[in-house]
Amino acid sequence: MTVTASASQTRPPIQRWLVIWVLALAAVLVVFLLQDRLPWAVNYPVEAVVPVADWVSALMGWIKSNLSWLTRSVTAVLGVPLDFALNLLAKNFKFGHGADAFVLPRLSWVGVCAAAFLAGYAAGGRRLGLLVGGCFLYIALFGQWTSAMLTLALISIAVPFCIVTGLFAGIWAWRKPWAERFVVSPALDLMQTIPTFAYLIPMLLLFGNSPVSAMIATAIFATPPMVRATMLGLSRVPSEIDDFSEMAGCTARQKLWRVLLPSARPTLMVGVNQVIMLALNMVIIASMIGAGGLGYDVLLALRALKVGEAMEAGLAIVALAIALDRLSQAIAHKQATGNVHRSSASPRFWRRYPNLTLAIAILVVTTLLGLFVQAFAAVPKAITFTTAPLWKAAVNWVTINFFDVIEAFRVALILNVLNPLRAFCEGFPWLGAVFLLGLAGYQLSGLRLAALVAALTAFCAITGLWEKTMATVYLCGISAFIACLIGIPIGLAAARSDRFEKIVTPVIDTLQVLPSFCFIIPVVMLFRVGDVTAMIATVAFAVVPAIRYTNHGIRQVPPALIEAAKVSGCTPRQTFFRVQLPLALPEIMLGVNQTILMALAMIIICAMVGTRDLGQEVFIALSKADSGRGIVAGLAIAFIGIVADRLFNAWTAKARARLG
Amino acid sequence: MTEAIEQASNAGKNPRPIKLACRNVWKLFGSNAADFIRERDGKASMADVSAAGLVGAVRAVDLEIRQGEIFIIMGLSGSGKSTLVRCMSRLVEPTHGKVEFEGKDLLKISDAALIELRRHRMGMVFQNFALLPHLNVLDNIAFPLSIQGQDRSTREARAREVIELVGLRGREHFYPRELSGGQQQRVGIARSLATKPEIWFLDEPFSALDPLIRREMQDELMRLQTMLHKTIVFITHDFDEAIRLADRIAIMKDGEVIQIGTPEELVVNPATDYVAEFTRDVDRAKVISARSLMRACDGAEHGGTVAPEAKIASFSASIVAAGKPFAVINGTGTPIGEVTPQAVIDLLAGIERAGA
Repeated sequence: MTVTASASQTRPPIQRWLVIWVLALAAVLVVFLLQDRLPWAVNYPVEAVVPVADWVSALMGWIKSNLSWLTRSVTAVLGVPLDFALNLLAKNFKFGHGADAFVLPRLSWVGVCAAAFLAGYAAGGRRLGLLVGGCFLYIALFGQWTSAMLTLALISIAVPFCIVTGLFAGIWAWRKPWAERFVVSPALDLMQTIPTFAYLIPMLLLFGNSPVSAMIATAIFATPPMVRATMLGLSRVPSEIDDFSEMAGCTARQKLWRVLLPSARPTLMVGVNQVIMLALNMVIIASMIGAGGLGYDVLLALRALKVGEAMEAGLAIVALAIALDRLSQAIAHKQATGNVHRSSASPRFWRRYPNLTLAIAILVVTTLLGLFVQAFAAVPKAITFTTAPLWKAAVNWVTINFFDVIEAFRVALILNVLNPLRAFCEGFPWLGAVFLLGLAGYQLSGLRLAALVAALTAFCAITGLWEKTMATVYLCGISAFIACLIGIPIGLAAARSDRFEKIVTPVIDTLQVLPSFCFIIPVVMLFRVGDVTAMIATVAFAVVPAIRYTNHGIRQVPPALIEAAKVSGCTPRQTFFRVQLPLALPEIMLGVNQTILMALAMIIICAMVGTRDLGQEVFIALSKADSGRGIVAGLAIAFIGIVADRLFNAWTAKARARLG
Repeated sequence: MTEAIEQASNAGKNPRPIKLACRNVWKLFGSNAADFIRERDGKASMADVSAAGLVGAVRAVDLEIRQGEIFIIMGLSGSGKSTLVRCMSRLVEPTHGKVEFEGKDLLKISDAALIELRRHRMGMVFQNFALLPHLNVLDNIAFPLSIQGQDRSTREARAREVIELVGLRGREHFYPRELSGGQQQRVGIARSLATKPEIWFLDEPFSALDPLIRREMQDELMRLQTMLHKTIVFITHDFDEAIRLADRIAIMKDGEVIQIGTPEELVVNPATDYVAEFTRDVDRAKVISARSLMRACDGAEHGGTVAPEAKIASFSASIVAAGKPFAVINGTGTPIGEVTPQAVIDLLAGIERAGA
């Protein structure tokens, strides 16, 4: 009886929601059709725009003029270690001025390559050593050494900063639940959805066009994963270990530093890996505000449409990314699997750390040799290659031979798909969007989510950015849609075949570590600038989570359930569609969510190749150093991300609750 | 009859001092749990607790643990035994009641005093070992000492002593991951002994181990106890383990202690059907002593003598072979009763006779 009662209670709401949605859509349609009578409901009236941008500009102006002592001293303090790292790796130490200046050379490239090999060897054996050393050698031989070392120097200063800040913020959030709820979590959400560009504007304003401001932007952008990893790691320490530390009589400080944090080390190392990769990504983008290095080379080459040079620098970024990622992952993995005992712990430094000692020795010797032998100090021109002409020739060949095909494809895509969609999105009544999204929020979670979603959507309209917001939504939406259309089937195939998974995994691992910048270069070579390029680059960038989560979701279905399905006589097809797929759906939806967020991040960067949306708004603000305009547009982008994220999460949570 | 046994068993020994006592200890989960139990003056039935929307993890527990005994808290999962032992060490703050350590209320002492107490006088062993993954065996065992600020050579010397004691020599530089479960728990035991604690909490220490290893570790524990004479509070869900090791057992159900007694008392005189259910499959001959089975001498000829504490299993074969009753004699050699072969056979066969 209770069963029938609850069944009859759940039935009507679904039908009722159906009716509500039909009515709501009809109402929006009416508003759309009546747009001549109700223009304010479709396009937000210009005279009612709230000048948030001006307020922000005024605030930033005030900070700039009144707190310049602070920003200057920050620049000075941070400049010291940064200069040291830049001199050590890329430039040279100069003491004195003019002709009689004494020059202490930077680290020799031979030594750095050897040290990279040894680091890889120590962390993961000879294969990893060869990979990491090879990546550095590649950078040297292809003539990107100085730029790459500039980038590396910035990362090597920003990353420890991120790790320490993230660690302390994470500890604070873990200790004080209110801090986690009201300060840290919202801040992290915002920091991770605000597009990378938007970080640059206030930094540019406050700290000027310099490596220091690039470093600060990098540090802020790359800190969130460390905070999250710290919180996660600490909360995952088994309660018995917690109890043990109490029973051993640890004080609160001893407990944290000597028991909990060391026990959480594997998780913390995963955070460190993510920090390094995000820092690399951001350092590349921060070349716009004076970071210099590889990103700047790409930027210059792209602006001059020198695709060959852009590709070369881009490949050097890839090499650096792969080296850093594999190295830090191997170290994290080593932490997770635990140390292995040595028969005797020798007190001598060089015995305990043979690889480190050797690396230091090689660095010192080669650098000193560099004083006398020029080939050690700088990569000799004679042994470097350049592939730029090759790339240029390849692109020329493709454009000459396939111009018609590519152009036809591009034009067809624009005319038949992109333009109509764009017109639809840009013409969508803002009031209707606020209403429909709020309704969705209410259905999925309740009044609070509805209010949040509606307010964030309304923000985009009342700041006068509605049209650009919808342009972003359109491009992001279609890219994410195509990414899912490609990614989910690949993920499904990978889940069903171990062999296919073995092929796919290294590919998506590599795609994931590449800085977003790199995706633009090859596409722009073929499709020139415009929406199509942006879309293709975004699809390539955002396809990874769709594949990964789908594969993982299918594979994590408990084997017992699959056996149960087989025993009850399901064909493989039935097992797949009726057992695995429904159970994997929440995980797949999570992947779709990630895909959307990544697409959004990428779309903004694609403003560099001439899209007309919020990204362009930020880009323009950056070039004009108009902080108010840039920050408001950045917030609008973040809010799109938050709205999508919250709605998807609510939906996934509901689906999960249903599966139990 | 229970009184008779208690009198008899207490008569011979000097009652040892009470080391740790729980006085009406409660642990309730839920909002306003403290007010709830204070208003009722420390008395509430299970129905009251659930009516107030609270969960009673530990309810009205009274027990006394004497110096040098192995006191076992036995119960199925969810019976509150783990929470109770954590109340005793104040890892969990009891909602109501007193926990007395040598007569002093543990709940009233300062944090600093508590840390001091735990550093020097309490030790604990955990079900899943709780070893620190980043330290090797030697450093894990020396960890509690290093927390106290002992210098390296002192603490490592002590750590090597306990390593020797638990038979782990040669593994000093191994990391926990490189050891088997049994070896890991030996490390856990050594670590908890390194500080020379007076009271030793063992929270299901052998439950995560294979049956064979478990038995080996139980023997190991008995061996250590004959050398160290610690006051032991041992948690288990395995009644056989409890019988093997215990001086006394407290049986818990739904947060309450329903009976406390020696293994023999629980077997001979279960307080409730629940306790009887546990004791049913126990090998009674190994638990019951001559004293419980004896009757007054009726003048028949005796085939031998046994001590009152002797377990039936230790003389069952010889008494059946002899075919005559054995006299039960006390320390001075005076007979205080006799055990008949028939009574032993009935016990072994599981036959209950009126008046037996």
